[in-house]
Amino acid sequence: MSTMLLAGSPIEVDAEGFLLNPDQWTPEIAAEIAAGSGITLSEKHWQVIDFCRRTNADKGAPPTVRGITKGTGISTKEMYQLFPKGPGILASRIAGLSKPKGCI
Amino acid sequence: MKKLLILGGGTAGTMMASKLRRALDPDQWAITVVDQDDRHVYQPGLLFIPFGIYRARDVVKPRRRFIPNGVELVLSGIDVIDPDTSSVRLSDGSRLPYDLLIVATGSRIVPAETEGLTGPGWRKNIFDFYTLEGAQQLFYALERFEQGRLVLNVAEMPIKCPVAPLEFLFLADWFFHQKGNRDRVELVYATPLDGAFTKPRASALLGGLLAEKNVLVETEFNASEIDGDGRILKSWDGREVRYDLLVSIPTNMGSEAVERSGMGDDLAFVPTERETLRSKEHKNVFVLGDATDLPSSKAGSVAHFQGDVLEKNVLRAIDGRKLCEDFDGHANCFIETGFGKAVLIDFNYDTEPLPGRFPLPGIGPLSLLGESEANHWGKMAFRSVYWNQLLAGREIPFVDSKMSLLGKWS
Repeated sequence: MSTMLLAGSPIEVDAEGFLLNPDQWTPEIAAEIAAGSGITLSEKHWQVIDFCRRTNADKGAPPTVRGITKGTGISTKEMYQLFPKGPGILASRIAGLSKPKGCI
Repeated sequence: MKKLLILGGGTAGTMMASKLRRALDPDQWAITVVDQDDRHVYQPGLLFIPFGIYRARDVVKPRRRFIPNGVELVLSGIDVIDPDTSSVRLSDGSRLPYDLLIVATGSRIVPAETEGLTGPGWRKNIFDFYTLEGAQQLFYALERFEQGRLVLNVAEMPIKCPVAPLEFLFLADWFFHQKGNRDRVELVYATPLDGAFTKPRASALLGGLLAEKNVLVETEFNASEIDGDGRILKSWDGREVRYDLLVSIPTNMGSEAVERSGMGDDLAFVPTERETLRSKEHKNVFVLGDATDLPSSKAGSVAHFQGDVLEKNVLRAIDGRKLCEDFDGHANCFIETGFGKAVLIDFNYDTEPLPGRFPLPGIGPLSLLGESEANHWGKMAFRSVYWNQLLAGREIPFVDSKMSLLGKWS
């Protein structure tokens, strides 16, 4: 665990930069984390972020890419354009949630 | 007479039928197992079929042989589970009511989830080895394979037995060495993971073995499409991997009956309480084995360890007592590494695989997180343990359902 300065506030994050407490998250923090990955947040990004946060609040865990595409109607292809490389992981990080538990 | 219904007569379901038939009074509880066919496949054995080490007869036996006396086996497809009326509708429309339900419907591969996977080339130069048919056909393809590029791709996580792709590659390296054409065969591993395995220390060891055996690894590769005519595997982020022979581990999903019943998550795995194994939604429904959505490995050893906890909790649920929260995610896997050796790993939800000795601390004879011949013989001997002890719900000497840190060093 460490503390990072995000959007001007000290925020607790894990070793991989995921927020430990989703309540510390603000839209400004999202923008800053996104910028760190070279992403400027568009309306579509926000649609995904909102969906991730809602799912996390309802179910206690961030959604998978499959869950996001099903829930938002955004295609997998588009998800990879919005959040290159690992859309599930990246969307979750920007939304201030934990790393999606892939699987062991 | 009360009714306990078990859906699925595989590893988990058969084992629970054995355990609970002994534990429950036959005058009070009827036990029924439902499965669609009478063919029990020893799934860990499928890995050996493509390499000619096992044949179909070594891994398939009739299910009914392992269903204990006093348990009814119904051979039928399952249409839907209806937890609101506590009953299950079978394919022929008949209904089986239950007082307690155990969902042990496992997982299956769904190749149609990846575009092009079942198109041109499917079962010609594209194979799976998670089904008996796929593994058998791959055997002939490997026999014929003289030169070129063999690519193994994991379409999506989670998969049943997350070490199986690595074992396949290690055995392929050995197989082509034996055949005398290893220098003309390129082995490539395209995985969605960021390394060889999900747990850091095991990943380092297994990644080292892949490098040693000259297997090229393409990480964070999320397959989007297969161009069967052009023999190209494509990823969502635009990477292309050319293949001559593609061995695919397609998307794994829970059963169609679970999906139809609306009881599953995005992949039709049933949301399950991680320590008690009760369904998150329904009080008289328990889930075990590959059918759960738990972050434990989908593997027979996990079903075996869950079985001890589930037996206790079924009895507690019947008595109206509080459930025990004993399942710790324990998994124990032999990883065949080729040339008569294997690695053994033992881990749970919180503790990654560590080096040490197993099952007797300090003595072994098996070594954890290290290659040895004893581990290989352990793996080969396990088939008999599976048919004779595990399915009968008997204890396996010295191996506890809870993971132990004794004999391990960090």
